[in-house]
Amino acid sequence: MTEHAPRSAIVIGAGHNGLACAAYLAKAGLSVTVLEASDRVGGAAVTREFTPGYRVSAGAHLLHALDEGVRRDLALERYGLRMAAEDLYTIALDPGGQWLSIADGALGGPGALDADRVSMAKHHRQMSRFARILDGIGDRRPPRLGTQNWRDLLALGRLGLDIRRLGTEDMREFLRIAGINIFDVLEERFESALLKAALAIDGTLGAMLGPRSNNSVFIALHRCNQGRDWALPSGGMGTVSVALDGAARAAGARIRTKTRVAAIRMDFDRACGVTLEDGETLDADVIVSNADPKTTFERLLGARHLEAGFANRIHHLRTRGCVAKLHLALDGPPRFTGLDADQRGQRLLIAPDPETVEHAFNHAKYGEHSERPVMEISVPSVFDDTLAPPGHHVLSANVQWAPYDLKGGWSEAAKQGFTERCLDSLEACAPGLREQVLANELLTPVDLENEFGMSGGHWHHVELALDSFFMLRPVPGAARYSTPVPGLYLCGAGSHPGGGVSGRPGRNAARAVLADRGRQ
Amino acid sequence: MRRHDAIVIGAGHNGIANAAFLAKAGLDVLLVEKNDYIGGAAVSRNLHGDWIYSNCSYVCSLLRPEIHRALDLAKYGLQVVPYGGSVTLAENGDYFGSYPDEDASRREIMRHSPRDADAAHRYERDIMRQCRFIRQFLLRTAPDPASFKPRDLLELLHIGRKLWDLGEDTIADTIRFYTMSIADWLDEYFESPLLKAAYAGSGIIGSALGVMSPGTAYVLLHHAMGDVDGTAGAWGFARGGMGAITAAMQRCFEAHGGKTLAGNGVARIEVRGGAVTGVTLENGDEHRAGIVVSNMTLPRTFLECMDPKDLRPEFLEKCRNFKIRGSSGKLNIALEGLPDFTALRGNQELMRADLHISDSIERLERAYDDWKDGTWSRDPYVDLLIPTLTDPTMAPPGKHFMSVFVQYVPPKVRGKDWTDADRDGFRDTVLDRIEAHAPGFKKMIAHVEVRTPRELEAEVGLTEGNIFQGELTMDQLLFNRPIPGYAQYRGPVKGLWMCGSSNHPGGGVMAAPGANAAREILMHLKKPNTVPEGWRDD
Amino acid sequence: MKTFDISSREHYRNKVFPSPFHAHQAALNENREWSRWYDYLSVPAYGCETLEYFAGRNTCGVFDLTPMVKHRIAGPDALPFLDRLVTRDVTKLAPGRVGYSAWCDDAGRVIDDGTIFHLREGEYRLCSQEHQIDWLSINARGFDVEISEVTHDIAALALQGPTSAAVLRRMGCSAVDALKPFGLAHMDFGGTELAISRTGYTGDLGYELWIDPDRAGTLWDRLFEAGELHGIRPMGSLALETLRIEAGFILAGRDFAPALQTVRQHNTRSPFELGLGWLVDFRKPLFNGRRALLEESRKGSRWALARLDIEDNKPAEHAYVYDTRQRKIGWVTSATWSPSAKKNVALATVRAPHGKPGEKMRVEIYYQRELAWHRKMAQAVVVEGPFWDPPRRRQTPPADF
Repeated sequence: MTEHAPRSAIVIGAGHNGLACAAYLAKAGLSVTVLEASDRVGGAAVTREFTPGYRVSAGAHLLHALDEGVRRDLALERYGLRMAAEDLYTIALDPGGQWLSIADGALGGPGALDADRVSMAKHHRQMSRFARILDGIGDRRPPRLGTQNWRDLLALGRLGLDIRRLGTEDMREFLRIAGINIFDVLEERFESALLKAALAIDGTLGAMLGPRSNNSVFIALHRCNQGRDWALPSGGMGTVSVALDGAARAAGARIRTKTRVAAIRMDFDRACGVTLEDGETLDADVIVSNADPKTTFERLLGARHLEAGFANRIHHLRTRGCVAKLHLALDGPPRFTGLDADQRGQRLLIAPDPETVEHAFNHAKYGEHSERPVMEISVPSVFDDTLAPPGHHVLSANVQWAPYDLKGGWSEAAKQGFTERCLDSLEACAPGLREQVLANELLTPVDLENEFGMSGGHWHHVELALDSFFMLRPVPGAARYSTPVPGLYLCGAGSHPGGGVSGRPGRNAARAVLADRGRQ
Repeated sequence: MRRHDAIVIGAGHNGIANAAFLAKAGLDVLLVEKNDYIGGAAVSRNLHGDWIYSNCSYVCSLLRPEIHRALDLAKYGLQVVPYGGSVTLAENGDYFGSYPDEDASRREIMRHSPRDADAAHRYERDIMRQCRFIRQFLLRTAPDPASFKPRDLLELLHIGRKLWDLGEDTIADTIRFYTMSIADWLDEYFESPLLKAAYAGSGIIGSALGVMSPGTAYVLLHHAMGDVDGTAGAWGFARGGMGAITAAMQRCFEAHGGKTLAGNGVARIEVRGGAVTGVTLENGDEHRAGIVVSNMTLPRTFLECMDPKDLRPEFLEKCRNFKIRGSSGKLNIALEGLPDFTALRGNQELMRADLHISDSIERLERAYDDWKDGTWSRDPYVDLLIPTLTDPTMAPPGKHFMSVFVQYVPPKVRGKDWTDADRDGFRDTVLDRIEAHAPGFKKMIAHVEVRTPRELEAEVGLTEGNIFQGELTMDQLLFNRPIPGYAQYRGPVKGLWMCGSSNHPGGGVMAAPGANAAREILMHLKKPNTVPEGWRDD
Repeated sequence: MKTFDISSREHYRNKVFPSPFHAHQAALNENREWSRWYDYLSVPAYGCETLEYFAGRNTCGVFDLTPMVKHRIAGPDALPFLDRLVTRDVTKLAPGRVGYSAWCDDAGRVIDDGTIFHLREGEYRLCSQEHQIDWLSINARGFDVEISEVTHDIAALALQGPTSAAVLRRMGCSAVDALKPFGLAHMDFGGTELAISRTGYTGDLGYELWIDPDRAGTLWDRLFEAGELHGIRPMGSLALETLRIEAGFILAGRDFAPALQTVRQHNTRSPFELGLGWLVDFRKPLFNGRRALLEESRKGSRWALARLDIEDNKPAEHAYVYDTRQRKIGWVTSATWSPSAKKNVALATVRAPHGKPGEKMRVEIYYQRELAWHRKMAQAVVVEGPFWDPPRRRQTPPADF
């Protein structure tokens, strides 16, 4: 066991969290090496060409979560981070042109009902207040449960105080709805089916649950917490990673791409380094894994290097990804019924009513893909002309549900079938779109797993839910970024506070490594 | 018109228990009941020939033993007899049985999965940990987390300390237990699909959730936290049907000087000057009391039996948003003989047990999908018992009573009120389902009583037919039940109290809400407490 | 003959199954009393419990061990699998050797204790008090190992007592001479393999015999033929209980609550708290519970196991234990009058740091004389090691008597 403070660190995976973690560690004076399996940095925050001449953010496609602190601390603007568009708002599409827009709690568009305007403003205000509580704890290292340690008790006391500070009415409402489903809450508050559908999508996107499943309010809050504004980085999401990469290198971190880690090595009872695929071994005082917890513990470390109870918890992590990514190369702007040119570039949703969202989810429960998928669409080329040839466009859509474990597997035929379903939905809201498509690509969770290495192709690495949040994320015993294996830390989306291009797990993990100095 | 100390509305088990505890403390209590029989949803009804039906609730386990004893229900004629085990019938002709004998049960699980036979110990340990945790709070009033009163702060601290005492791993598991779906929870223990289906059923009974919905693990706990004679999780029959429980409570109430008026519902709870003054019955009779305790559901109490002017609009809004969707139906069947379940042929032991039909998590979940779409499940989950194999008092020798509880049944059919044709369609769905497992069963039927949410609401007063007087989800548990800020049995008007299952700790024939409300009322009146504390389990 | 069968759903008609030795046991079971041990019938006492006990200490007694839970663990990773599972170092367990160990959950609480038989390279048998297939399967993830419960596939007899070696010699088992304690030998038994281990639960010279259930009856016959002149006698579970307490051995479910079945976590125990600290090998980089046990070894345990020598002869079952200042510090978990040591002995669980050898305690005993109850605060002293530990237990080659 090393008694001294760690002097060197290896970060496995150059996803945005890995890069952020590396940058913070390097800034604190550690000798940091980032090892990335693929030939580019960024993990799922990446821009790539899916057909010649057309580039798109292959994983996350809208920036809404990037932590202000990370952005400032690492001076990401200095390393090239620019926004092609900011303050994007949401438009719920309607085949009949009766779309509605939601911007900061204000409803707009022909589909907006007057009855909903006041409720929406109130809902928005309340959800933003509630979200700030999650936002606050997203910055913190989760406490340990059941201890008498004053730090842990203080952390929980602070959470209690945050909730108290909402005031009696809002506190009661928070405690009432935080654990339930968005469908029931929306039924209480709104009239418009289209509006409810749009808000239901916010409660389900990226998660294996429907609007009627409890936890969907939590998902909505989690999205809201990260969402200040929706933004499009200039040059796609890859720009964020490039900036993080620049910041990390400037701080002194070495970043090696095309360097796949085969295993984490143990020296007696402590992680001491890694073995690369080509057999090369590297040593470090601390290993920080940006890989998902399943990959980290089961593949890189091996369950045999863990105590069985902990390994059992890892085994039972829910990692069934459920969102597919659809990319279209278009020979012109998509003509969404009723939208003008600027509106095309906003965050667009397709789902007519919350029941349709629920029905779309029903299929996923049984390993089927949705018959009528729901979508979150971005046409980044509206604001960013670096992504497609002049006059041409790229359309990027998150489509759900497309379960990782599709019955019969994601064969070419299955992918084609699902792509057709998606195009049907798009065509209904943008007549003639089919004719505009020059090329398409569908990334199923299986493809996401293969391309980005996350188990199950899950956005959040591990299902984001109340049973896997804060002190419980990914599992008790590894929720504080440190793990039962001395010297091994987690810094990916599987850790608190979860996925989204926020940089927070990476930053928090770096802080945990530094805070543990001398305590090992 | 006479003045009473207290009027209790609704002679269900919670109403009578509440009235009995108040009467025991020396109060002059009037119990009013709209039906011409008492018992609410814990009744034994003679609706056909010599058969007696437990036509709503049908088994007994949750009834708090502390209350059983404090009200001396044995002396007043209540006998609870345990029945053994359960069985889940599979579509392939096999079954999974659970026997009273521990080794036989273990071998039966081994037949489906040797590993699961052993995992069952771990599972039972963890469920029992949760039972022990929650039982401590059943006979206590939930704290108001938004209050600064010393009592609330102390109670909050008490809960926090009890949780903390569980230790790191069990605290984590407790949080997970309250927020997970029963399907995910079971995946952490078992591999046999049939076994998972058998255990999952308890996670959905009476609830508007599917086995894959987060929150159903708690519903399972709600069904496991009871006991019969200290055997945790065991279920029994009240000898003579569930009405025997309320009948015994009623005798206790009367022995302490309580008066009952049955046959007339409450038309209105009267309020004057911001305080309750009494009730007016449907026949126009008025009764005065400074304390009125409602055992009715929350919506029925405030939206149907009160003048909206007496309540704040925000409160009414919360009552309207109270989640009380019905999800269950019931068939009560008089049988000329004993049906022959193909899979069980000759297994008398399992015939006496609790029979379940639905053999996989997916089937259970699909049954829920139908409910979401506003229809009864085409392939429903059926919980079926033949009490007459254990209790000789409910039908003539050789004849049988079959209680069939069905999940899911919506409060409205595709948004419209139930029609008689719908009801018959539902009945046929269920009878066909049973017939498929017990050929010849239909020919034995002497009489069927069908109870959809429509009948449950009309006869028993259960709003939307919800058997728990309100759904058991996180927004309606503990200090959130029935609505935040009103979780201490005290209504929004002076002198008005609530004692039904809409209140903590919720539904089931537990009588805890009735007892807890009595304790609060007596404390408010500064009368000696007659309500027992929960027994401690070290 | 293998009698356990659950292939049919009709199994429920049998609450218990006859052991492969059942016919032989029934013929000798003068008391006609049976008890249940998991799936099988077991004999509490064939006749006089005392005579059966003395067979175990004076000649030899035979006890049917078939119902004991047995697992087969095999495959390339069998060794690393076991080494992570249990607290002691399994790499030191050579083929043909048997090792006693305990295993823990992550919190370092004892799940069970038992014996590991290294049958041959890459194949082990784990015998335990409780069923373990769930825990073993959880442990197997990440290892190339096959695990199965083989309780019903192996018939087993314990042959315990000073003349047991002589009986085996007479039966033609020459391996006995070289067989050291915790050794394992195989011999041909009419075409079947008979495994003989120098193990037991009596703390005396003794063996355990393992065979195909089809040959169980023959083994019993041959054993009793060979033992006729050596005082062989069937032995019931009551006699065995006295023998194991005298030997100072603990029993799951009696002296400690197995962690995987214990609802109240404070009622579980660590190996240190059960006097099994000698089985915990921190030189291994990893085993289940290592982190928690390391911390416990630093911070101190909360409980201790005490072997008590209690004055007088009143049986101390279920007694509370006090320190000399009358403070309640624990309770007795197993107790007996030791007919060999001529002492009133007990195993007790007491709050640490109590329980050190030589410490004096008081035991609150309630006992009955002709229906009348009496209470006695008896003096007791904590002793080290077994209450009965004859040299013949370790002597190799063992003498004939």
